[in-house]
Amino acid sequence: MTGSMAMMVFLLISKYTLLYAVVLMLVALGGMFSERSGVINIALEGIMVIGGLVGVIVSASLMNHVNPYISMILSILASALSGLIYSSLLAFASINLRANQTIGGTALNILATAIAMVVAKRFNGSQSAKIDYNNSAYLINIKTSEGTLTINVFLILGIVLLILSYVVLYKTRLGLRLRACGEHPQAADSVGINVHKMRYIGVLVSGLLGGIGGFAYIIPAVSNWNFEYGVTGMGFLALAVMIFGQWKPFRIFFAAVLFSIFKSIANIYDSIDFLKDLGLNKEMYNMLPFIVSMIVLTLTSKKSRAPKAEGIPYDKGMR
Amino acid sequence: MNIFKRFSKCLNTIVAALICVIIGLAIGFLILTFLSWRSLAAGADPYTFRDVIVQAWKDGFLRLIEGGTYPIFNNATASYRKMRTELSLLPPLLMCGLSVGFAFKTGLFNIGAAGQYTLGAFGALLFALVLKWPWYLCLIAAMLFGAVWGAIPGFFKAYFNINEVITAIMFNWIGLYGVNTLMYNEKLTSLPSMMYNAKTTKTFTLKAINSDAIIPPLASDEYIKAHKGDTLAEFLQSPVTYAVVIAVVIAIILLIVLNKTVFGYELKACGFSRTAAKYAGINEKRNVILSMAISGALAGLGAGLYYLTDTLQWNPQESTALPSMGFDGISVALLASSNPIGTIFSALLIAHIDTGGGLFSAKVFPPEVADIVSGVIIYLCAFMMLFKNIIAKPFVFLGQLKAKLTGGNKEGSEKK
Repeated sequence: MTGSMAMMVFLLISKYTLLYAVVLMLVALGGMFSERSGVINIALEGIMVIGGLVGVIVSASLMNHVNPYISMILSILASALSGLIYSSLLAFASINLRANQTIGGTALNILATAIAMVVAKRFNGSQSAKIDYNNSAYLINIKTSEGTLTINVFLILGIVLLILSYVVLYKTRLGLRLRACGEHPQAADSVGINVHKMRYIGVLVSGLLGGIGGFAYIIPAVSNWNFEYGVTGMGFLALAVMIFGQWKPFRIFFAAVLFSIFKSIANIYDSIDFLKDLGLNKEMYNMLPFIVSMIVLTLTSKKSRAPKAEGIPYDKGMR
Repeated sequence: MNIFKRFSKCLNTIVAALICVIIGLAIGFLILTFLSWRSLAAGADPYTFRDVIVQAWKDGFLRLIEGGTYPIFNNATASYRKMRTELSLLPPLLMCGLSVGFAFKTGLFNIGAAGQYTLGAFGALLFALVLKWPWYLCLIAAMLFGAVWGAIPGFFKAYFNINEVITAIMFNWIGLYGVNTLMYNEKLTSLPSMMYNAKTTKTFTLKAINSDAIIPPLASDEYIKAHKGDTLAEFLQSPVTYAVVIAVVIAIILLIVLNKTVFGYELKACGFSRTAAKYAGINEKRNVILSMAISGALAGLGAGLYYLTDTLQWNPQESTALPSMGFDGISVALLASSNPIGTIFSALLIAHIDTGGGLFSAKVFPPEVADIVSGVIIYLCAFMMLFKNIIAKPFVFLGQLKAKLTGGNKEGSEKK
């Protein structure tokens, strides 16, 4: 009996861990592309909100109209595209206008929540920002003797994108050029690399991955979402994952898994007896990933491998 | 720097800020027009382009720009209630703006004002509801709680070289969840029985528990009775309290500290260059922590000034959203280029727009359109330097002309 109980808990933990790990990994990979090209992307939270919003609206509008699998593909594409478009605002401000990247990103975070509220309310035609949708096409149930493990399509997509990210960043000319712009843009420019173009690519890829990440956070977990809550700080956690992962794809993957174990405890603590007996409530467990990330950041701060030129607008005259 | 230059620099900043505001409002109007069109298109009645614009203007934009004064201008019975609500938003907004602005002046970006504000609210309510202290002591408690929460990112920056933005974001959430747990979870402490009202799902009103903790309104009851109907008496009633005066006085104190004291100079020096400051014999680690602590204290005090007026109670159940006041503080500070006196005016402006958003006819226009406007304003502020350079061009030209006319003997001093 206790054996099957433990199995059930394990399946439950796996379900949420996989759910969150994919989200954190996708968004952190996005952040990685942006920062390796030299632009700090603190707007990931906002990009996630926009990606999630557009994806949810597309899938809610297509519900009962088209084949659920076609609707799924269209929704994911829409979320990626909207994230990309939204991130171009950051790219424009920080690359063309050489604005302070942190402030620009913060503005986009604030703006995203406001936009999401207005659009969601208009979409509903009411004063509630809660949108209902059907997410069954996204879920894949794997039956075992002890119960079912639910995974979602984003897991597969995430693994593909992880490998793709690695290949692009380390095995292609584009990746090499991108990294050069994040380390020493003046040197890169001197050998004929277009720094602005590379940084644009970095930021736009981060928007693409962030948009999918936001959608992946919202849609598989529940069947409705209130956009008042944005994406509850996942974008910021992804930043910590990226730093803990030292701006490297596979390390980011492991960091994301680690963080999501802590994050998933908040969802399942009441089905684990000894955690339930502690008498702590959901908020306490919600704090956990943030506390863990602070500890991790403190421990890794000494040997940080941050891209050298991140956060500094590129000025040709400085060469 | 001569008077002419100083004046033109000041004017330049103001004009740049106004450009940000005007573009923000214009985008707001476009959104309102679009929403107005959608709502008319959804209805059965035929409509013209004129109807769309008229509805966007009358039910939306006009209310946005008239803010708290809207009922005075547009109602048969002039009501100052909204105006008072708007003014009661000034102290928390101003303090959060000063908090972020002070950090900017010392080279730090305090995105943690929301968390420090949360802790400040907790401190104020803890001392008011549980310990039943009078309001001025509760305000000090709010400051201390905020200061501690601000000092933490400073500490991590000084000793572990972790970017204060990341730490502050983490501690925003830790603070929010922590405070709500303490207020809400009965198993952990006995605080909820004294602070949390299960019926309203908010904290208890100060009026019911400890009316000494309410900051007194600017006009006494006798004055209001004697001058019933006077505009001034209408203005100075609750919730317009001494909080407004305290906030403005603190803005002036900060201006003096930053510009006229050695302490302020040292903090700013650390902002320009930490290594240079260290070389000059300034304890840069201590100063980073101190700057963040002061910044946190200001945000905490803002929460105290707001929650001790008893117009609004803390809702621990809304635990997934950080208080927007802390983020509005960023817009307020940016718009004012972190100048403490400018912050007073930008805080008034943001309070005005926020109140205006609440006056929309909510069926057609969600109040969050006001948030979009302030979001656009921050986005534009991020590259305000660009506007400044454009505006500065005629001034630079005038300066050159003046130098030529006076013989150009001060060539060196013109450069800057």
